[in-house]
Amino acid sequence: MNAGALFVAVFLACAVEAVEATTIVLAAGTARDWRSALIGVGAGLAVLAGVVGALGPALTAVPLRDLRLFVGALLLIFGLQWMRKAVLRASGHKALHDEDKIFREQLAAARAADAKEVGVVADWYAFTLAFKGVVLEGLEVAFIALTFGSNQHDVPLAAVAAVSAVAVVAAVGVAVRAPLTRVPENTMKFVVGVMLVSFGTFWGAEGAGARWPGSDAALLILVPAVAVFGLTLVALAKPMAKTKAASHRTASPTSAETTA
Amino acid sequence: MRYLKNFFVFWYDFVIGDDWMVAVGIALALAATYAVARTSVSAWWIVPGSVAVILPWSLWRAIRGS
Repeated sequence: MNAGALFVAVFLACAVEAVEATTIVLAAGTARDWRSALIGVGAGLAVLAGVVGALGPALTAVPLRDLRLFVGALLLIFGLQWMRKAVLRASGHKALHDEDKIFREQLAAARAADAKEVGVVADWYAFTLAFKGVVLEGLEVAFIALTFGSNQHDVPLAAVAAVSAVAVVAAVGVAVRAPLTRVPENTMKFVVGVMLVSFGTFWGAEGAGARWPGSDAALLILVPAVAVFGLTLVALAKPMAKTKAASHRTASPTSAETTA
Repeated sequence: MRYLKNFFVFWYDFVIGDDWMVAVGIALALAATYAVARTSVSAWWIVPGSVAVILPWSLWRAIRGS
């Protein structure tokens, strides 16, 4: 894996999660109190930095083969979850991730909540909403950045990719002051899922003692093969979603009549 | 006690996710790779082969359940 692939994989994964975190922070700031929301963002980033700072050196101390087995298993489990969701969304079995809808729901919930002052935080609800958004969305990215970086002995480059993605998404979020609905989030999740599954497969098998034909060059076959496999699954699952939708319509013709 | 339970629920949800059988399938695939790699038989195909079965299977379960 070269430095470019490491950067792209971590950047994309981080950008997707940063878009989701931005939506939550925007809702907290817009509906409640910007200062409290930004303190929450700062506290969340501090927790993530602490996790990376503690786990980064620990991971680099693990022997490479054991690390690849552990990391490969973790990436495969994460990656298959990402791909599963992406295929279900692309084929119509699951609603597409809609930042605008999520923003409206978060906004309504934030407006309905009571205000409470705790220490320097004027609005505890805005603080916790932003804090949780940053930590929960960021934790998976921290793991991806750490595992990819430690495997390639280049945690600093993975960290630069992660920080760049957050900076780009945050800058755009501040500029438009609205959820980033135009970001092709579902496509990006599919791409990240493909990368995680491909590298998880490669490192996991290698860590378990297998030898890949062509060594690192096997990744040049593995990545496109996983992508084609995912797209094939989307194509196969699409007609099933249409059939299911048609049978739902047939089962409830009165609702169609009333809406017509 | 409640915090401990929440802590484990969070990590289970974070690592295992929606379909625990995916994690079990991956663990079995890696264990099989480890075992086969100790013989003279090539073992690299076991994990990709397992992914080719696990992902459609997990999707099928999700589609059938939705």
